[in-house]
Amino acid sequence: MTVLLRTEGICKAFGGVQALDDCSIEVGQGSIAGLIGPNGSGKTTLFNMITGYGRVDSGNVYLNDTKITNLAPDRVFALGIGRTFQLTRVFSRLTVMENMIVAAHHKERAGQGSGWLRNPFARAGGPATRRRAMELLGFTGIAKLAGDRAETLSYGQRKLLELSYVLIAEPEIILLDEPAGGVNPTLIGTISDRIRELNRQGTTFLIVEHNMEFVMGLCDQVTVLDNGNPVVTGPPDVIRNDHRVLDAYLGIAEEDDDAA
Amino acid sequence: MRPATIWRVVGLVLLVAAAAVIPLAKNVTVTHVGVFVLLYVGSAVAWNIFSGFTGYISLGAAVFFGVGVYTVALLSKHLNLVGGVVFALYPVAGLVAAAVAVPFGLVALRVRRHTFVVVTIAVFFIFQLMAYNFSWTGGATGIFPPFLNWDPNTFDMPFYYTALLIAVGAAVLAWAIWGSRFGLQLRAIRDDEDRARGLGVKTMRVKLAAFVISGFIIGMLGGLYFYFQSEALPEYAFNPFFDLTIALMAFLGGFGTLSGPIFGALLLEPYLGYAQFQISNAYLSEAVLGALFLVVIILLPRGILPTAAEKLTAWRAAWERRSAAPAGAAVGPAGAGPPVDAANTSAAGTGAPGTGSAR
Repeated sequence: MTVLLRTEGICKAFGGVQALDDCSIEVGQGSIAGLIGPNGSGKTTLFNMITGYGRVDSGNVYLNDTKITNLAPDRVFALGIGRTFQLTRVFSRLTVMENMIVAAHHKERAGQGSGWLRNPFARAGGPATRRRAMELLGFTGIAKLAGDRAETLSYGQRKLLELSYVLIAEPEIILLDEPAGGVNPTLIGTISDRIRELNRQGTTFLIVEHNMEFVMGLCDQVTVLDNGNPVVTGPPDVIRNDHRVLDAYLGIAEEDDDAA
Repeated sequence: MRPATIWRVVGLVLLVAAAAVIPLAKNVTVTHVGVFVLLYVGSAVAWNIFSGFTGYISLGAAVFFGVGVYTVALLSKHLNLVGGVVFALYPVAGLVAAAVAVPFGLVALRVRRHTFVVVTIAVFFIFQLMAYNFSWTGGATGIFPPFLNWDPNTFDMPFYYTALLIAVGAAVLAWAIWGSRFGLQLRAIRDDEDRARGLGVKTMRVKLAAFVISGFIIGMLGGLYFYFQSEALPEYAFNPFFDLTIALMAFLGGFGTLSGPIFGALLLEPYLGYAQFQISNAYLSEAVLGALFLVVIILLPRGILPTAAEKLTAWRAAWERRSAAPAGAAVGPAGAGPPVDAANTSAAGTGAPGTGSAR
């Protein structure tokens, strides 16, 4: 399996807090990778470092073996890394369709020839973009909300919108930060079905999630972070039974052999 | 076309028609006030293209205005221009103001919110101080244009029509930007700049472009002001009340909407013109302005037009529900809510959201 996304010894401190400490992970092409760990273990910070929302103190990020360390967020996105946020971030005063069009900007422009000859006042979102956006909104099940302002959406619907507009840019890999957090069980089912389907079509995923059922059911490979350092990586059933995971979540157990 | 668009077009046509008829009154006071109204309409619209669309509240627009005033003043002084050629100087004033907007923007747009406001105010005072203290600006005595040997009865007319042209041009430009990809990116920046960046929007470039465009328009209006008022004085060219006034106009009408700044300027500037002549105590009219600002922020934070549109939609929905009720339950809630489906969306997507919000 070829490695699509790789981090190498990333360190990041916020003041005295070492958020990431020699953090190296690998995500294989076409896989669904999970990233778990207790609160404050550095999962979101790692996402931020990969997607350009912060600068690493040391270490490197590679996409397809190309170094992308410390690139600006718009560049990282253009290279094919899409992400969602733990607290969803949509453009609240734009309509759902307009949210999609903002994210489609890159794809759309690529099809329109070069730079300065474009009409700067061309209406946003051509018919092809709108059709594609409606397809994706249908795929995530919020097509009927296309004309509504994003601020009128429920929390779960916003998560789906965020997923939809990341999808319209057709990234190679999507980083999802707690896609199931605060979402009702039915919707969680929808989300995981959609992830599986996209993965079958070739999209790679890296998912941060606290919902163990969700992670274990979805991921091929799970990495456990503790204090900014990956303590163990493996398939879900190995992770489930690894004592280091329990240690990370619950603290070191006094006696760990007699339990069985 | 959607009803909202039709209303907007009808409104604009009526306004322009009214503006074209006003000069027929051949009343010097009316046209004089008219030029000022148009000057403020244009400025408020231009200010809104940057500040309203991006949410970056700039109190440094007077920098562009003053640069426009002094550009034309210096050119007229050194070239002794008196003929119709003075109107050809507007674009020059605009270009110089736009050129000033580039470094101004590159510095100020690195910071956001309150810090941005403070930086723009600081830059404004730097320019005002320069106008007061350099010898080539004429210092506190300013610069006066060569005498225009025009008929005093029709003196205002060319200024009136050129101001109308610039104001209408600015409004059309704002409308064109709003629905374009550029405008959508500006509004995405207003809602969540970092997120927009993460979706590939080159935020600095986009913000700067809007800042420069608004500087160009306001600079042109500054150029107009110089010959119209026959003076370039530091306290009027770089006037702190200029920014407060256009910001208040935009907030009053509807901050970040298309028609709001026009409406606000049309409402407020006649009062200000009146106050200038009728209220002998200048501080009183300024105090009224300040009080009005507070009232708007507290009672109408979104402005008159968006609030009115919302009330109107709610009222119409209630009315339709009531009238639909006897027809049977079959109509149901679908009759009241705006229908949104795939076909409808392609038209409404970039337009005003379905539920009653004015632009």
